Amino acid sequence: MAAIAAEIAVPLLILAAWQAWTVHANDPLFPRLSTILVQFKEMWLFSQFHLHVVPSLIRIGAGFTLAVIIGLIIGIPLGLSRWGRLLAMPHIEWWRAMPPPALLPISILLLHSIGDRQKISFIAFFCLFPILLNTIDGVRGIDPTLIETTRSYGVGGFERIRRVVLPAALPQIFAGMRTSLSLAVIMMVLTEYFSSTSGVGYVLLISKNTFQLAPMWAAIVLIGVLGYLLNVLLILVERRVLAWHRGWRAAAAQ
Amino acid sequence: MAPRLAGGGGAVSTVGRRLLEIRHVSKTYGSGDSATHAIADVSFAVDDREFVCVVGPSGCGKTTLLKCVGGLLAPTNGDILLRGTRVTSPPEEMALVFQEYGRSLMPWSTVRNNVLLPLRHKKLTRQKRNALVEEALEAVGLTPFIDRYPWQLSGGMQQRVAIARALAYQPAILLMDEPFASVDAQTRGDLEDLILRVREEFAITILFVTHDIDESVYLSDRVIVLTHGPTEVKASIDVDLPFPRDQIATKELPDFAHLRGHVYRLINREQVESGEELAATLKTATKGDRP
Ligand SMILES: Nc1ncnc2c1ncn2[C@@H]1O[C@H](COP(=O)(O)OP(=O)(O)OP(=O)(O)O)[C@@H](O)[C@H]1O
Ligand SMILES: [Mg+2]
Repeated sequence: MAAIAAEIAVPLLILAAWQAWTVHANDPLFPRLSTILVQFKEMWLFSQFHLHVVPSLIRIGAGFTLAVIIGLIIGIPLGLSRWGRLLAMPHIEWWRAMPPPALLPISILLLHSIGDRQKISFIAFFCLFPILLNTIDGVRGIDPTLIETTRSYGVGGFERIRRVVLPAALPQIFAGMRTSLSLAVIMMVLTEYFSSTSGVGYVLLISKNTFQLAPMWAAIVLIGVLGYLLNVLLILVERRVLAWHRGWRAAAAQ
Repeated sequence: MAPRLAGGGGAVSTVGRRLLEIRHVSKTYGSGDSATHAIADVSFAVDDREFVCVVGPSGCGKTTLLKCVGGLLAPTNGDILLRGTRVTSPPEEMALVFQEYGRSLMPWSTVRNNVLLPLRHKKLTRQKRNALVEEALEAVGLTPFIDRYPWQLSGGMQQRVAIARALAYQPAILLMDEPFASVDAQTRGDLEDLILRVREEFAITILFVTHDIDESVYLSDRVIVLTHGPTEVKASIDVDLPFPRDQIATKELPDFAHLRGHVYRLINREQVESGEELAATLKTATKGDRP
């Protein structure tokens, strides 16, 4: 209870300080918080929600989901195969080290598209690495006794992946997913800066270019709120799916 | 030299009842300078419905032997025969209960789903599967805990889950690797009696590895004593104690004390011998150093 109160109270205090400071400073680059919030309500609740927020959410959702699926499909076999890792790891490390802005122009060229396909692939590509590496690590970390148990009972193939390998690696996969989700928000904004006609990042850039500072700030606030809420959503899912993990760790700690 | 208990495989009258045969099995881990000779040459046989305990000093290769028997490890030399057929991968007629019970159970699954895991790929109806799971858990007295998670149970109960899982699998032979080594003495006694009861109930053959001499004599029909690594069979001792066994009455029998003493002496002599061997090697080593 006290924790939730603090989680709400501290941001409120910061917002109050922000308002006080913007009123005092009276700087056109920093509109009053109240002005920004009014703008926020006008734009996002909900007149332009459908036009700009929904496309952004779709891009994040699709890119992230794609990254999870590909990460599991590649990561689980690599986690199980020493040879596979030997062959694949240098490539994975190489692509992982690539800074996203370096690939953005190329992705537009390669995919012959400035539409959603390019944006979603770009988001998926960079979200892939944390999930992939964590999946590989998680699968490698499975207790050998458990692997031998499944082997001695003849549990193999899909059943083994589904009942043993995936659940065992899941705590670590979720850690990767949390990193990836925040990356997805970053990549969403970045791709929408380029050749876009919709999206929160697009609104942010256009507002800046036309010196509409209140809408610009409203977009920034929205991006923050989106990132926060998406993370909360993922944590709620994780708590449900990994309820056993918390209990198990608590029992092991005794 | 260790007695060759199952050498040759001649057609004697017991052949029809022979379930498992271990023939001149050896196992070396690694190769070259870093090679560990875990098992030198082990041969013995287990009859249908027999309870055989394997005792040997710590680190002598008991787990290695059991993994070879269970088809998890390929022996370097020799054969494992189950009903006359060579074991090359884990056979469906065997179930292995590991030393580390906590690590062989899945913490993300309930007790029910842990026991169900090896049955999922068997061609059984859903009802039959559930019946097997419930029957096995009933046999180990865990029916009230069927929907709990393993980590919500005590160590002894977790080992009972592992035993129930093995029983539900309906093996002809149960391989157990020091299953009770890490539970307290009281629980251990209870689990020993449980396994004796289950053996009757399920008409099952058991190959049971332990380093506890009392346990081996109390449980088994026959005790196989192993030497220090590289391991060979030192002796095979028939245990003719009456059934049902009882923690107090059986252990007060003069025969029990006698058998126990016999196994103790075998293992002690073993330790003395290997100590002498060590001393001898040290002596020659020091001699060799001198000019
Ligand atoms: N995977 C492995 N690689 C190399 N050496 C191994 C391996 N497993 C076991 N050994 C070695 O083989 C020997 C026998 O080990 P094993 O675990 O079979 O003994 P044990 O009798 O079961 O011991 P304990 O009584 O401690 O359970 C030991 O010297 C051990 O160090
Ligand atoms: Mg062992």
